[in-house]
Amino acid sequence: MTPNAATLDAPTLDAATLDAATLDAATPDPPNNYLHSTLLRLATAGSVDDGKSTLVGRLLHDSKSVLADQLDALERVSRDRGLAHADLALLTDGLRAEREQGITIDVAYRYFATADRSFILADCPGHVQYTRNTVTGTSTADAVVLLVDARKGVLEQTRRHLAVTALLRVPHVVVAVNKMDLVGFDEDIYTQVAADLAVVASELGLPDLRTVPVSALEGDNIVDRSARTDWYEGPTLLEVLEALPVADNPGDEEFRFPVQLTLRPQGAARDAAHREYRGYAGQIASGVVRVGDPVVVLPSGRATTIAGIDTADGQLDLAFAPRSVTLRLVDDIDLARGDLIAAAASAPEPTRDLVATVCWLSHTPLSKHSRLLLKHTTCTTAAIISAVDGVLDLDAVRIVAAQDLGLNDIGQLRIHTADPIAAEPYARHRRTGAFLLIDPQSGQTVAAGMIGNPLRKDSETATDSLAGNGDHA
Amino acid sequence: MNKGRELAEHEDLKEAEAEFAAGRLVLDHLDTLESESIHIFREVGAEFERPVLLFSGGKDSVVMLHLAAKAFWPAPIPFPCLHVDTGHNFPEVLAYRDRAVAEKGVRLEVAKVQDYIDDGRLSERTDGTRNPLQTQPLLDAIADHRFDAVFGGGRRDEEKARAKERIFSLRDEFGAWDPRNQRPELWNLYNGRHRPGEHVRVFPLSNWTELDVWRYIARESIDLPELYYAHQREVFERDGMLLAVGQVSQPQESETVVTKQVRYRTVGDMSCTGAVESDALTVHDVVIEVAATRITERGATRADDRLSEAAMEDRKKEGYF
Repeated sequence: MTPNAATLDAPTLDAATLDAATLDAATPDPPNNYLHSTLLRLATAGSVDDGKSTLVGRLLHDSKSVLADQLDALERVSRDRGLAHADLALLTDGLRAEREQGITIDVAYRYFATADRSFILADCPGHVQYTRNTVTGTSTADAVVLLVDARKGVLEQTRRHLAVTALLRVPHVVVAVNKMDLVGFDEDIYTQVAADLAVVASELGLPDLRTVPVSALEGDNIVDRSARTDWYEGPTLLEVLEALPVADNPGDEEFRFPVQLTLRPQGAARDAAHREYRGYAGQIASGVVRVGDPVVVLPSGRATTIAGIDTADGQLDLAFAPRSVTLRLVDDIDLARGDLIAAAASAPEPTRDLVATVCWLSHTPLSKHSRLLLKHTTCTTAAIISAVDGVLDLDAVRIVAAQDLGLNDIGQLRIHTADPIAAEPYARHRRTGAFLLIDPQSGQTVAAGMIGNPLRKDSETATDSLAGNGDHA
Repeated sequence: MNKGRELAEHEDLKEAEAEFAAGRLVLDHLDTLESESIHIFREVGAEFERPVLLFSGGKDSVVMLHLAAKAFWPAPIPFPCLHVDTGHNFPEVLAYRDRAVAEKGVRLEVAKVQDYIDDGRLSERTDGTRNPLQTQPLLDAIADHRFDAVFGGGRRDEEKARAKERIFSLRDEFGAWDPRNQRPELWNLYNGRHRPGEHVRVFPLSNWTELDVWRYIARESIDLPELYYAHQREVFERDGMLLAVGQVSQPQESETVVTKQVRYRTVGDMSCTGAVESDALTVHDVVIEVAATRITERGATRADDRLSEAAMEDRKKEGYF
């Protein structure tokens, strides 16, 4: 590209004035790196007034993910409201009701990128329907960014956020100890909060919790290092997020493949060579698959072998989660949507009776629903709740007796299903251990379910009051 | 013409084997996004009776069509395309649209805003913009064809209201979006249950950014309408935007027509879609330009989205894309 600044008028693009080499050095997201760029999914958590929207706005702003027209709009609106500085929270509050009420209502998804990594950030509101939104936002997250007010330290609310994070089995937690500017960037205060958090993490069995002292409002240690925390030698928040491993290594997981649909084009094949084609399309839920691998099809239990791994771009010898592929099998067996293809050596036992932890998401309590639909991977079946074992006390992190579940309750249920499902403990299989409960009349999603008790630590035995036959594997 | 050939070929197999040998198994971010989108297409293909894909020839809908073909390969795409034609389209985009659906062997339905204006069901707005007029023909086409799932190319990075949109978004018989009462969306378990008369809008590109779309177009060598690349065009400036001189966008006396080298970041109603000055002749140039740009694509090119802070939210509530 030739620099050609003389002809530029608004609206224009800065790129016209820069050459590619300058850009690679100057932009946070050089275009040529994309073949090796990875994707990390984040969710935020925090109480009201912890400054979460400000932190997200700061991350977007300081990583140069906010563009000029968005900043102009932000400054204009902030001025109209009589604010001295641009209110970064306005970047994330997208609905009119949110702006009018100055609160965040719904999970909002934000995107930003650095040289080697793209981020999807689910910004979860702190108060309205807190549990419902946080469970939604964290269900897909590789890491949770939790805010703690340095002045207040670890509150009951913080413990609750961390309990939900542990329940959803999010691999990493990064705690931004915020508002350090309001405690004079005091090292002792930060050290105490970090120590308290470590204790909670250990109690909850969180595998990886890191802390960073920040001021979201003033930008300390978010993207750029703060000169006001010279006692802190660790990474900034963005540096932590850039270095986190992306999800689990599929090489360490058991292969699971829920079948979405059978591809059998016959006469309609786009190429005559595929008239006899029969493949099973899906997204690998966990693990690695190779041509020649022995597998079992569930719930039938038929054993067979992988004959081919196909994509529209050609055949693969090997594929791993979360890639979408189409599998061909050596044997001609009856197989349909809802079936699971699993590694022969580790296949789960299909069952019609589950013990599960559910988060109730509906305003109508559980007791008003006699029959539900249960959606597990690509399989939807009728379900009845055979017993309510109790409700989770998030403060004490234990199950207490209860007869019913209401909005935002997390409870332990026994569920009986019409068809057998390839149930697996959520603690080990985030994809094939999760399910939805759906009201067949309204069609609403009423609960998010996790098979077994994800909060139970591995060291505890099957006699634990929370264990059930979902934990058999 | 393939603009992306100059870019590195993607060698899945070699890369995967090398990563496996090195003990690292991580999909790169475009593969991750592609796999997520293919999963969404297949869920809809399996669970809905009558899906349809909104196809305008714009880059996001082109990427959707490309992903749909991959999702069902070697079977054909199992649903038709629908274009809501404002009557204010760029002629080269319409020609591209017809060529693209023919290549993929997909049926195209067209709902024309002009028909509604001709018989009086809709009247022309005073500002001449037809984007908001697309809602009624869209909803009528959905009802007439009894479409139960409608794929749209909306991305959450486009606009603040879209950032709150679900991937599966339920619409009532009026096509209305109720942002305060959306179904929670957990893991990759999509709930597409709907009652007669209701339909589900499905957004397979929800998690893609403008830059991701361009990188993918480059990687996959996807053909696009030529106006996405820099070319000479007669334009005039209005409300800070460069509008093309055409049948529906005539300059007023005070507006001077000049020939500039421009390209389009979005394509839509000619009367309100602005061009940007650009030297980006190839897809690689565009990737670099988008990576460096300091203005959002809607801010730069869509007059109708500048109407108010909640312009998009209001239109979506009424059933807009």
